[in-house]
Amino acid sequence: MTAIRRFLPGWLSSYAVLYLLFLYLPVIFLPIFSINTAATPKFPLSGVTLHWYEDLPRTPALIDATWNSLIVGVSASILSTVLGILAARSITRYRYPGRRAINGLIMAPLVLPEVIVAISMLLVMLQLGLSLSLFTVVLGHVLVCIPYSMTVLTSGFEGFDRSLEEASADLGESAFGTFRRVTLPMVAPAIISSLLVCFTISLDEFIIAFFLTGTEATLPIYIWGQLRFAAKLPGVLALGTLLLLASFVLMTIAEILRRRAARRTHNEGGLYA
Amino acid sequence: MLERVQSQSDRTMIEIRDVTRSYGSFKALDNASLAIREGEFFSLLGPSGCGKTTLLRMIAGFDTPTSGSIAVDGQPMDGIPANRRPTNMVFQSYAIFPHLDVEQNVAYGLKRLRLGAGEEKRRVEEALAQVSLIGLGKRHATELSGGQRQRVALARALVMRPKVLLLDEPLSALDKKLREQMQVELRRLQQAVGITFVLVTHDQYEALAMSDRIAVMFGGRIAQVASPKEIYQRPVNRQVADFLGGMNFVKAEIVEENGASLLLDTLGFGRVRTDKPRAFVRNGGAATLGIRPERLRVLWDNTTAKFEVAGKVVERHYFGEITHLIVEIPGLEKPLSVTETNDFGADDIPVGAPIRLAYDPEALVAMAD
Repeated sequence: MTAIRRFLPGWLSSYAVLYLLFLYLPVIFLPIFSINTAATPKFPLSGVTLHWYEDLPRTPALIDATWNSLIVGVSASILSTVLGILAARSITRYRYPGRRAINGLIMAPLVLPEVIVAISMLLVMLQLGLSLSLFTVVLGHVLVCIPYSMTVLTSGFEGFDRSLEEASADLGESAFGTFRRVTLPMVAPAIISSLLVCFTISLDEFIIAFFLTGTEATLPIYIWGQLRFAAKLPGVLALGTLLLLASFVLMTIAEILRRRAARRTHNEGGLYA
Repeated sequence: MLERVQSQSDRTMIEIRDVTRSYGSFKALDNASLAIREGEFFSLLGPSGCGKTTLLRMIAGFDTPTSGSIAVDGQPMDGIPANRRPTNMVFQSYAIFPHLDVEQNVAYGLKRLRLGAGEEKRRVEEALAQVSLIGLGKRHATELSGGQRQRVALARALVMRPKVLLLDEPLSALDKKLREQMQVELRRLQQAVGITFVLVTHDQYEALAMSDRIAVMFGGRIAQVASPKEIYQRPVNRQVADFLGGMNFVKAEIVEENGASLLLDTLGFGRVRTDKPRAFVRNGGAATLGIRPERLRVLWDNTTAKFEVAGKVVERHYFGEITHLIVEIPGLEKPLSVTETNDFGADDIPVGAPIRLAYDPEALVAMAD
């Protein structure tokens, strides 16, 4: 027993280090090889350059893909956040039969195999007679974004002291005025956080976009297309690095806002202050 | 005590007529009728679930009576939503808007009145002064203590100059010392502004200390409406008596009943004549006689009193300024509780010692069984 106890802390920390290496080593290679002068990703690096980054804005197909991704990301994040607000408010505010089941069904796309979801959505779209376009990609992304949007929004809405809205009505404010002056400002951080999370997910999403897009490519599809050409690899790595950075920054802001929203609604009822 | 009379009139400010609120088969409020006067500090007192908060929320407009009607200042409130009622509320949780500072919280309701910046500022400052919060206008809700939050909630409601201020257990979240201080301040504030206050509380001392009148409620029904003194000294039944502090109950037999008084036979106190309570309804030949523990006084050595009972001390509990004695009286099925101040050494009375207790027949209260 004592032997185990003596060795365990050492083992546990090396396990933790290995675990993190396994998770992030591939990600670290991305920026490293993106500044390599040679086109082949091999150590040792042949030299350091920002050449691949400088080339990015000079690629028209890439610019198009970026615009497509932005359009899809903004539309999908707004749509799924609006739907998420309605669902989250209903689930946090009211008690009704089937509430938990509905919550479960809304969260389900999180664990469904994405390729299956993509194929079934493709079948439905075709049955409905929709031609594949960025619009169908937006619909697909809304489906996968809503669970994330719900998670962020319910944590912002939960514990919202209902007497705040009653106090506003008591002070003469109408239902709409109460929503504008109390409810909205209180949950605004959660809403912005949800928009950022959904945008980030849509920006990085590949499978659904791949199945549901027509001729327009989003960024991940563009990247996938470029991989066929070995010479284009460093450019892809540079682009990937930028995407990674953008995702990281957006998610960090989103998490900060989500925590701020949760703090506001949870701790400031004042009952035991 | 003198100032209590000043600000009231005999005009009815809130008229509650036959109000019932049912949730399915459960009646949160059962056919309650009540008239609250203008300028009165009125308390709804009762244990949790007695319907006091339901009644308050119906006056505010957050709940609707299943049947019956509520009128404020002569205006029927049926169908009028909370935002168009001449009432304002101090919530139990205070409900301070966390995204606004103190001034913005207080000015919240004024914004809609479009008073102009100068007048609005003047009224906010006046309200902050009323609750002694001058200089804290720019503080955020997170930077306030519990007592300060409560003052903000008060100022935010008072600044609207309502006809009625509703207070939902406003002191329950404060510690004992602050609570007692706020009781005095609230009472003083009510006297100063002259607005009708309706307070919901489960704390009998709070109700007794602050109110002009109290409605005691149990199980959705109003048991008694009277001044604090009358409620305490002349409770209509055992439930009310018990809820408002300790009371010794003695079984009694009605010997004679006329318009104003009752002649009762008891075991421990013998034959006593008492005032007949207003709401007394005879239920067979039995009744209950009550006496508060502090109305029984210890008789020392060879002093005597016109009315006394003799017994034996069986328990003694020390509470600092007072001592609580449990005294067995021959013939009584339950021993009497006696509280005596410690000035004369009640805390030194040995357990098991014989003891004589004096009482004033005025302090005996008859209750229907």
